[in-house]
Amino acid sequence: MENSLNTKIPEGPLSEKWNTYKKKAKLVSPNNRKKLEVIVVGTGLAGASAAASLAEMGYNVKSFCFQDSPRRAHSVAAQGGVNAAKNYKNDGDSVYRMFYDTLKGGDFRSREANTYRLAECSANLIDQATAQGVPFAREYSGYLRNRSFGGVQVSRTFYARGQTGQQLLLGSYQALMRQVNTGKVSLYARHEMLDLVLIEGKAKGIIARNLDTGNVERHGAHAVVLATGGFGKIYYLSTLAMGCNVSAIWRAHKKGAFMANPSWTQIHPTCLPQSGEYQSKLTLMSESLRNDGRIWVPKDKNETRKANDIPEDERDYYLERKYPAFGNLAPRDIASRSAKEQIDEGKGVGELKNAVYLDFSRALQEYGKDVIVERYGNLFSMYKKITDIDAYLEPMKISPAAHFSMGGLWVDYELMTTIPGLFAIGEANFSDHGANRLGANSLLQACVDGYFVLPYTLQNFLADEIKNPKTDINHPEFDKAEEAVKKQMEGFLATKGNKTAEEFHKVLGSELYDKCGLSRSKEGLEKAIESIRQLRKEFKENLIVPGDASEVNSELEKAGRVADYMEIAELMCVDALQREESCGAHFRIEYQTEEGEAKRDDAHFCYSSAWEWHKDPSTPILNKENLTFETVTPSVRSYK
Amino acid sequence: MKIHLKIWRQKDSHSKGEIKEYTLDDVHQEMSFLEMLDTLNIKLVKKGERPVEFDHDCREGICGQCGVMINGIAHGPLKNTTTCQLHMRSFKDGDTIYVEPFKATAFPVVRDLKINRSSLDHIITSGGYVSVDTGQAPEANTIPIANEIAEAAFDSAACIGCGACVASCKNSSAALFTSAKITQLELLPQGQKETRKRVVAMVNQMEEESFGHCTNTEACQVECPEDISVLNIARMNYEYNKSKILN
Repeated sequence: MENSLNTKIPEGPLSEKWNTYKKKAKLVSPNNRKKLEVIVVGTGLAGASAAASLAEMGYNVKSFCFQDSPRRAHSVAAQGGVNAAKNYKNDGDSVYRMFYDTLKGGDFRSREANTYRLAECSANLIDQATAQGVPFAREYSGYLRNRSFGGVQVSRTFYARGQTGQQLLLGSYQALMRQVNTGKVSLYARHEMLDLVLIEGKAKGIIARNLDTGNVERHGAHAVVLATGGFGKIYYLSTLAMGCNVSAIWRAHKKGAFMANPSWTQIHPTCLPQSGEYQSKLTLMSESLRNDGRIWVPKDKNETRKANDIPEDERDYYLERKYPAFGNLAPRDIASRSAKEQIDEGKGVGELKNAVYLDFSRALQEYGKDVIVERYGNLFSMYKKITDIDAYLEPMKISPAAHFSMGGLWVDYELMTTIPGLFAIGEANFSDHGANRLGANSLLQACVDGYFVLPYTLQNFLADEIKNPKTDINHPEFDKAEEAVKKQMEGFLATKGNKTAEEFHKVLGSELYDKCGLSRSKEGLEKAIESIRQLRKEFKENLIVPGDASEVNSELEKAGRVADYMEIAELMCVDALQREESCGAHFRIEYQTEEGEAKRDDAHFCYSSAWEWHKDPSTPILNKENLTFETVTPSVRSYK
Repeated sequence: MKIHLKIWRQKDSHSKGEIKEYTLDDVHQEMSFLEMLDTLNIKLVKKGERPVEFDHDCREGICGQCGVMINGIAHGPLKNTTTCQLHMRSFKDGDTIYVEPFKATAFPVVRDLKINRSSLDHIITSGGYVSVDTGQAPEANTIPIANEIAEAAFDSAACIGCGACVASCKNSSAALFTSAKITQLELLPQGQKETRKRVVAMVNQMEEESFGHCTNTEACQVECPEDISVLNIARMNYEYNKSKILN
């Protein structure tokens, strides 16, 4: 595919690139906009903000989500906050500083121009959300309050209690529903995209299943936007909602969109540990707990005493020991990996020996219970609700869990994939976070893509589409895609084996977590590839899905999602195997410093891997986008 | 633990539903209520039967998609807790538990415990927003809002839209849900310009969706996972009457 990796980064100095782009981007006149249709799949922060913004401009938007209401998208669950370079605290924050922190946080594996744009647009988001009525935290004077988050030295995080994601999402959901009211947005809740339709090489529509009726529907448009979030749920146990999946972007990948850095998944350090085999997910506790909580494990791996009975000198505060400067506030990848090391050494705590202690006893002594209640009270009660343990009396048990996909569909500066007319925004694309995402940047990227970037870049594309008529959903390409989708579902139903989709998912997830999770090795990855192939074979022969396709059938929905996980799982391992260096969330044990830190190899791996589908899941083709740093010099990421 | 379940099974919105009985022998106290249903479903599927369809997604108590009547109480016996955050330690070995969908004319059953709550979306669509277009917002700090006002607005904005208020109301009223959004936007300066129009539109839409009237029994707040205050309803009524008189 010629010029497939044309990044379309505008010329000129970094700080001028986005302005330059906006000045030159093509426009569609208001009268013509109503002739154009756009499909937006997903109604999280990225999808809802994009659909609302495009409808405000006058385009006809079809908005899809698999939940029963767009307000339930998983953006709702984000807790901590959203970053913006406002410098309200006069502590030296600036667009450049935020850009630099983000780039460094991502271990210099993100695209400079996109990361800069993210920081540049960040302030607008706070303005936009405030105008929508998002109740951000305020000072007593009435001005916006903000706080500091991991990995940075300024206060740039805005928040709405511990439910920032919920409030931002409700803001964009309300903007979306306002456009439903004007008739510019048609809403399709409980609809799942099952395939992308290409006509003459361009994205022209989707095949979706109405989850309430089982009907398979065709929807045409002049462009398709995927805002379907991340796929960390592939590990089965994760912080993600049960319905999060890879299907929309994976099926687009199989139609020609490149998949970038698929193996980079952030593992979040402060989650509740698994308590048993039946467990369906892991709950995230806000990272802010690490501000006052001290993390430790017993020095002796045969320790049987209760936490409070273990004397001070028999505890290992390993983060404080290994990273004296950042201590318990070391970035997520580092904190997670260190916990796993302790657990793997047999020093884990709890019944399953799969957790580490997060201890507030010193903070309680130092500040008194009232202060701790004020700072973290809701988290302590959430912990009590789930575990029945009072963390004011004994340490919490925490454990790392899969959280955020840094990888996703490869997109150029315009957020367009390698398929013309197919755009990917928010967590579904790959470009802004590199190999690790800093806290409070995920909500930001989703919103910035949807509110401020896509409305310009999509319009630039649509300007050339005005001459094209409405997409004909009776085109043979729609027939083909619909037939393939139906055939796949019939296949699932006809297998009649004895293992449920969920059981397959659990096996796949634990294999991936073990061999392509916090740390990876050549040997482990090669074994994982082998076992994934075996599992995929078994899935074909031994799946059981009851009922039929023409009704509500959540088992059938799961089967489709797990089938896609079975394929991308192999690509994740191939990607991790191919990258013979360590960076951010990707830790290859063969490539570490003498002190056991990630060892990046800029000479050989300063690129994003963009994988191309070729025939089957085992023969992907690697394309490379070389990363060039015009403004910064990549440095060794040190938090000691 | 051994748990006896009596679960509402209904093929679709046109079919008649019935209670069916199941027994689980290996329920752990640490399981969430939904994980207990997962366990049941794996057993049913392996026997070739249809699993019990129920709504859920985030399983963190925030998306609002889960929610069933458990022994007649929306989201079960624990106060201010969604169904996904209810754990089996709230029950005893040998208990019999009734599980039914949220029932209201405005919430038709889709299948088993799954219901259609789009009527709540329609209420928001009718006016539950601030009319501001993207990219037109002024600098955020030009709209100072006193801390206590922002906090009060948040208290109302915290509604997760699960519909427990409707399900626990003898009249199936959506007054708590609707009034929470009205109050949030009315408290904040950004939303005030549209208050009169908004409250009338949303209250009218609530009636069109076949929700009943509020008769101040206050059951809604008791079973609300977010403990949204019934004072929101008083404010909504006040704003509605004011709008009707002044317009």
